[in-house]
Amino acid sequence: MQPIQDPEKLKEIARLLRIDCLKMLHQAGCGHTGGPLGMMDLMVALYFYAMRHDPKNPHWEDRDRFILANGHTCPALYVVLAYAGYFPKEELQHLRQLGSPLQGHPKRKVEWGIEMSTGSLGQGMSIGNGLAMAARLDARDFITYSFHSDGEAQEGMLWEAAMTAGYRGLDNRIGILDDNGIQIDGYNKDIKDVSPLKEKFEAFGWLTRSIDGNDMEAIMAALDWARLREGKPKMILAKTILGKGVSIFENLPKYHGVAPNDEELAIALKELGGL
Amino acid sequence: MSEKIATRDAYGRALVELGKKRQDVVVLDADLSCSTKTIHFAKAYPERFFNMGVAEQDMMGTAAGFALAGKTVFASSFAMFATGRAFEIVRNSIAYPKLNVKICASHAGLTVGEDGASHQTVEDIAIMRAIPNMSVIVPADGVETAKVIESIADYPGPVYVRLSRAASPILFPQDHLFQLGRSQVLREGKALAIVACGLMLSYAMEAAELLKQQGIEVSVLNMASIKPLDEKTLKEVADYCGGKVMTVEEHSIMGGLGSAVAEVLAEYGAYQVHRVGVRDEFGQSGKASDLLEHYQLTPHHLVKQAQSLI
Ligand SMILES: Cc1ncc(C[n+]2csc(CCOP(=O)(O)OP(=O)(O)O)c2C)c(N)n1
Repeated sequence: MQPIQDPEKLKEIARLLRIDCLKMLHQAGCGHTGGPLGMMDLMVALYFYAMRHDPKNPHWEDRDRFILANGHTCPALYVVLAYAGYFPKEELQHLRQLGSPLQGHPKRKVEWGIEMSTGSLGQGMSIGNGLAMAARLDARDFITYSFHSDGEAQEGMLWEAAMTAGYRGLDNRIGILDDNGIQIDGYNKDIKDVSPLKEKFEAFGWLTRSIDGNDMEAIMAALDWARLREGKPKMILAKTILGKGVSIFENLPKYHGVAPNDEELAIALKELGGL
Repeated sequence: MSEKIATRDAYGRALVELGKKRQDVVVLDADLSCSTKTIHFAKAYPERFFNMGVAEQDMMGTAAGFALAGKTVFASSFAMFATGRAFEIVRNSIAYPKLNVKICASHAGLTVGEDGASHQTVEDIAIMRAIPNMSVIVPADGVETAKVIESIADYPGPVYVRLSRAASPILFPQDHLFQLGRSQVLREGKALAIVACGLMLSYAMEAAELLKQQGIEVSVLNMASIKPLDEKTLKEVADYCGGKVMTVEEHSIMGGLGSAVAEVLAEYGAYQVHRVGVRDEFGQSGKASDLLEHYQLTPHHLVKQAQSLI
């Protein structure tokens, strides 16, 4: 796909996909709302600006790989993949239904752009490392991206993997960590504070950059930086607002894991200009 | 019985052979390569060997990533940690997406010996067998191990191979054929069907010989492929033996070979399945041979158990 260079266009796509995302979740009647809305700007920049991929050729060997380690936020991935043309948009209405490839948490289906099954937090970074190590072994130049979250950073395995990537200097490896400060039971700082993430990743051998993960220009700049090969893996620490774009959801732990009801959907669509 | 070799040693050699033939083979270990014998591959093909450090979960996740990139991946550690510590990664990131990862784990069962119960898994077959998409193989000797490795390299999916630390006699000729889901009848006799896997196969054969000296002829079935299970041959042999079956394994009688056999035969009707194995208890330190004696798994114990059934 040709990258979209204009941040205004990307912002508009993010707005439209937030709407798709909410409609899909409302239709499903359950699922995670807050995370996907908060990370939508990052996802849009990844798929329509930074990543090398081709929806018409999903098995392309040299495509960049994307692993959604925080699989519960898959509504954001699904709307992005549908918009990119991996599968018909109508499929979104079958989210979480019996027989639908759009499972409650991602199930691998490369033809639809879903690179890997995820959902159990903490595993995606290792998986991304394996892909990156294989690329290095075969002298292929694709980049492996993995998407993480602050709650996920409480999982020990993520740090095993961070150590691997740092130790091996995997500079074909980019992590994005959605740091919205919220997890299921509440605020991360009240449960088990994962900060300081920057220092932790740097100590594990990563280069890091901290950004506002809802600022499209900042995201694009960070992705430009991340794609430079500088001998180390790169981690973009993105501060985001859970539920971004809909005032009644923003920063409320409650909306981590529930779908909008009729009334909430109406308010949300109005705010996002979706009516 | 002349030559003895541990199945882990046979694995180490087989990997080197495979690595020679197949460029797509990569091997991962978690700081136990000298014990799992992946060290031989590491020396032969250092660029295709990855020591992941003492991090079994990371190793399994990384193995999944390699498989996504099209590699045929072998991941090794002790059976305890490969199936225990890393269980959920194996389940969710390897078996669920049906990735081409072969988990070849050594030091299974009691014959780990002196290290004791923390390292003696007697539940790994049960755990791995319960995972959809996962095949489970317990080779009986060095020859069979080599055949297993050759065979599963051509099968594109997740497989668990249970290997042993202790040396065991070579039972099979070099032209032995291993196929996933196929068993072999090694002896025929109508008194009882002994179904065994792994190290216990040689003991089962010895027990059969001792029984013969008493005029009792039993059948012995090698059930290396525990999943998929060769239901057809199992049923035929069980029928031939009047429905009397004894399973023998170096594993808990809950969830392993004995369970697999009993589950199948129970669906067909009137069979008597007696499970010999570890009876819902942990292992302990000791010499491998002393442990097998203590847990009543040696040939003369098997003879006694068989006699009680006949
Ligand atoms: C290994 C594992 N444990 C628990 C869960 C259940 N779970 C799903 S999301 C979540 C909170 C994760 O926090 P974060 O990813 O920061 O959430 P968000 O930013 O989407 O609010 C938990 C505990 C899981 N999916 N995986």
